[in-house]
Amino acid sequence: MRDFSYLRATSADAARQAAALPGAMLLAGGTTLIDLAKCGVAAPDTLVDITHLKGLDKIEVNERGATIGALARMSHVADHAGIKSRFPAVSEALWQAASAQLRNMATIGGNLMQRTRCPYFRDPSNFPACNKREPGSGCSAIGGVTRGHAVLGASDACIAMYPGDLAVALVAFDATVHLGERKLLVDDFFLRPGATPDREHAIEPGEMITAVEIPGSAAARRSTYLKIRDRQSYEFAAASAAVGIEFEADGRTIRDLRVALGGVATKPWRARAVEDALKGKVLEPDAVRAASRLAVEGAVDHGANHYKIELAPRVVARAILKLGETV
Amino acid sequence: MTKIPIHLDINGHRHELQLEPRVTLLDALRERLGLTGTKKGCDHGQCGACTVHVDGERVLACLTLAAQAEGRTITTIEGLAREGELHPVQAAFLEQDAFQCGYCTSGQIMSAVACIREGHAGSDEEIREYMAGNLCRCGAYPHIVAAVRQAALEAAS
Repeated sequence: MRDFSYLRATSADAARQAAALPGAMLLAGGTTLIDLAKCGVAAPDTLVDITHLKGLDKIEVNERGATIGALARMSHVADHAGIKSRFPAVSEALWQAASAQLRNMATIGGNLMQRTRCPYFRDPSNFPACNKREPGSGCSAIGGVTRGHAVLGASDACIAMYPGDLAVALVAFDATVHLGERKLLVDDFFLRPGATPDREHAIEPGEMITAVEIPGSAAARRSTYLKIRDRQSYEFAAASAAVGIEFEADGRTIRDLRVALGGVATKPWRARAVEDALKGKVLEPDAVRAASRLAVEGAVDHGANHYKIELAPRVVARAILKLGETV
Repeated sequence: MTKIPIHLDINGHRHELQLEPRVTLLDALRERLGLTGTKKGCDHGQCGACTVHVDGERVLACLTLAAQAEGRTITTIEGLAREGELHPVQAAFLEQDAFQCGYCTSGQIMSAVACIREGHAGSDEEIREYMAGNLCRCGAYPHIVAAVRQAALEAAS
């Protein structure tokens, strides 16, 4: 790991200013950044440590929604009573991610800045071509081993998968990310690779994530995060779904439905086509399975990742039907 | 890069070090302080061998900069035993034969102490889930689960 200078921020404003300088990066839990520095992917000149800042780790939940400070740890949010009762999909996405140790380190703001696990991206010495690392250098994944790569949202420049879980739940429930005064939907915070896969987030130099806000809703209250993976725990998703549902008074007709996918796309992937196909309909297994196929509309595989196109709709259907069982 | 002064509070002792900012807590423990009970496995946050406690919570020393740990209370495997008496989790690992080569054991034990304290050792299934961040390439998992279960029951009684 190349050496860098270390600056411990004493205020959020000081952190933003220091991190805006060329070569400087914010350091929170470090679970992505220190790892990538060791891989030779990140080579900061200065790390601005924000973990000693006070007051940015609050978790507030009421009937209007939840506001989670950027420095709240994943483990604390997962175990928070209000998050568990009003946003079960958020709690489940968190405790099924990473390991207990990593969840104690990783912050909510840092989680949103998590980078892809594409093995070509992570290995610059063996794979110099990577448009995400070096714009214009090419893509080593296309034509390579693609079992873990995206089938949705990819471009000719990059097929790297977005690996996180939390943001999938956030996108499903219309959460916003606070960059100080500026607020934007989490769905808009994550960018598709297009021709500029090096730019993954709609965050500008000098900006810092300060909080995440999730509006309360009946669908969020009745929600779940279903994660299917190669091993049962401590693994990234082969395919996952954050699903929330609200029924009409009859307890059978779907009034509101939220569906977002993980493990299959270049960003947390809202599946509005599934939602629109089922809203106003009676929950019925065959209809749910048919509608769930719409989750992978437009999917393109690269051979070894074809299974994701089969798997994702089944994960969506199972999650919706599981929520329906608890009517 | 210029070394910076870093004060670390480890197992109740205060240490004053001069370190390059890039030095991880793991390397500071092993290479500068001779506390080699904490193991370096993958060095990328994937195996759990370097698990220590910072302010009472289990974290990975390989992805923590020593500089970040300043002002925090750090506990390593060397700080678990009290007056020559093994910590109950250490004793349970011995009793249940919960290791083979022993390389992952420090991390397993540090993780297990926290797992029990967090209240995440209520069933074998929960123990397996919340101990998943500690890999054992010898495959001693059934005995590790038994040791954690035993220590959790002892702690509850």
